[in-house]
Amino acid sequence: MAVKDYIRQRFLPHMWCPGCGHGTVLNSLLRAVERLGMSKNEIVMVSGIGCSSRISGYVDFHTLHTLHGRALAFATGVKLSKPELNVIVPMGDGDALAIGGNHFIHACRRNIDMTAIVMNNRIYGMTGGQFSPMSGVGIHATTAPYANIDRDFDVVEMALAAGATFVARSTVYHAQQATDLIKQAILHEGFSVVEILSQCPTHFGRKNKQGAAADMMAHYKDITVPVGSKKKAANPELIERGIFVQKDAPEYCQEYDKIMQQAMKG
Amino acid sequence: MMSNQIKFVQGNEACVEGALYAGLNFFAGYPITPSSEIAEILARRLPAAGGKFIQMEDEIASIAAIIGGSLTGNKVMTATSGPGFSLMQEALGYAIMAEIPCVIVDVQRGGPSTGIPTHGSQGDVMQARWGTHGDHAIIALTASNHQDVFQMTVEAFNLAETYRTPVILLFDEVVGHMREKLSIPEEGELPLVERLRTAVKGGVDYHPYLPREDGRLPMSDFGGVHRYNVTGLYHDMWGFPSADPKVVHGLIHHLVDKIENRANLLARYKEYYLDDADIILLSYGSAARSALHMVKSRRKRGERLGLLELQTLWPFPREMVRTKCADVEAVVVVEMNMGMIMQEVRKAVADPARVFLANRIDGVFINPEDIRSILRLIQGKGV
Repeated sequence: MAVKDYIRQRFLPHMWCPGCGHGTVLNSLLRAVERLGMSKNEIVMVSGIGCSSRISGYVDFHTLHTLHGRALAFATGVKLSKPELNVIVPMGDGDALAIGGNHFIHACRRNIDMTAIVMNNRIYGMTGGQFSPMSGVGIHATTAPYANIDRDFDVVEMALAAGATFVARSTVYHAQQATDLIKQAILHEGFSVVEILSQCPTHFGRKNKQGAAADMMAHYKDITVPVGSKKKAANPELIERGIFVQKDAPEYCQEYDKIMQQAMKG
Repeated sequence: MMSNQIKFVQGNEACVEGALYAGLNFFAGYPITPSSEIAEILARRLPAAGGKFIQMEDEIASIAAIIGGSLTGNKVMTATSGPGFSLMQEALGYAIMAEIPCVIVDVQRGGPSTGIPTHGSQGDVMQARWGTHGDHAIIALTASNHQDVFQMTVEAFNLAETYRTPVILLFDEVVGHMREKLSIPEEGELPLVERLRTAVKGGVDYHPYLPREDGRLPMSDFGGVHRYNVTGLYHDMWGFPSADPKVVHGLIHHLVDKIENRANLLARYKEYYLDDADIILLSYGSAARSALHMVKSRRKRGERLGLLELQTLWPFPREMVRTKCADVEAVVVVEMNMGMIMQEVRKAVADPARVFLANRIDGVFINPEDIRSILRLIQGKGV
């Protein structure tokens, strides 16, 4: 099936700003699905609220556009109640890690077979450019007019600590790699997290003098290195991309099947 | 009533029995007193019956998970108490907006806030009605004894499926934890409403939000041949976000009218000695037990007291209450809050000045003595 056949053409054009990185993430996601040869009826996309979450409207899967921060909780209900479905959950950084932080941690811990894609542009775009937990100290935002003092954290480290069994990171500049990582994440049996650094030229770039969209993408090339690169040892500020963990662990739905078998024996 | 099974159980267990009878097969919940037994019993019973139970990280996640579970074609439920019900309010609005059948049990305790977890109250009546934001309608049922808890639980599932809406079961700590007899009906004895699924074939345009002539909206399970969008935004008949004023106006009217216009049809109630009553006690939930005791003991003395026990609290059965209370000297609303249903009764009847309140709000179960004091005042006998 051609990539464009996964799109709901009648609901285009999309609502993202010119230069937004989220379209590139959509591109990587659909190419991953296409390469896996998945049928549209076997995929449920569950999203929350924000620019990133509108991705669910544009794809021709079963789509559930839910509440801010709660996508993983809705998705858990979909997956456990019908484990044969493939559940993909695109989220923004604020959606996944501020308001949705608790659900994120527990989805990682539970190891239920779903794929979370964190589209991290370090800002609340839809509400007009407030800082997020990913913005970091020194960043300017509409709610940090004098510079941000609110510390950030690392999505990858958070997911690893919470027990996710597949954790990876890429950027919209590295769209081919992102496609490959999403593909592997979907194939992984367990909870998988793929962070994709995305740009928001409208709200983040402009306030922080990062140039146009293309400049911001090029910046991702400069500040990232493959996992295990020697450059990282020399320059700890560099951000690693690639797969951080990929391990087998009991998957929640499969374990629940065993509980059902045990319970039915009485 | 024919029965193959008589049990001596808590009200919470009667609710579980009713839910399983109705076909519950997916439950998500979070521990909270005084509802936890519902989750505990279902954790054991559901997997044995081929269903699924999951304990989530909080109440927000619990209601979110059951909405997800409903969309794949299951009968779903969660159970909580006041504080957890507060956390569920946003997702409750989502289920109303996206028209997802689900059942939410609130075993009420004293509030606001942590309040008094182990004591009874009926303080969530208005939270059930107006807890979530925006114009909306809601169905909320209650019961005063275990047989009715069972029956109202079955009703809740039936109404949720019929009207594609969340239904709230507003029980309370007293009924939830009290033990009494429950006789489980035979299979087929109580009618069950199964999900209405679309007959539209794959490849043909399916409209998940286009009501049929009878007002019902056939569904299609996630994973089936119809791929559609579900959202909490105002949406068109395909489920796609819309800001078209005509679409928005029509949607809100549809959501409100499908329930409010059927208030008479949805009214579940019981009546005792109303035919010749001079004074009506109007009550619901556990408080109705004391009210019934009062009515029966006064009848023995020849006093013409009657009881109107509401089982549907929302939509409030205004016409029924107005009709039943038309010719009486006084209506005494017996409830364990500051007069939430009393206010509704005052709005319903012709003469609001004849509506009185007999209540308790101190965590102690309202007893006939509390009602007697109010009756003495009304009857001019002094305190």
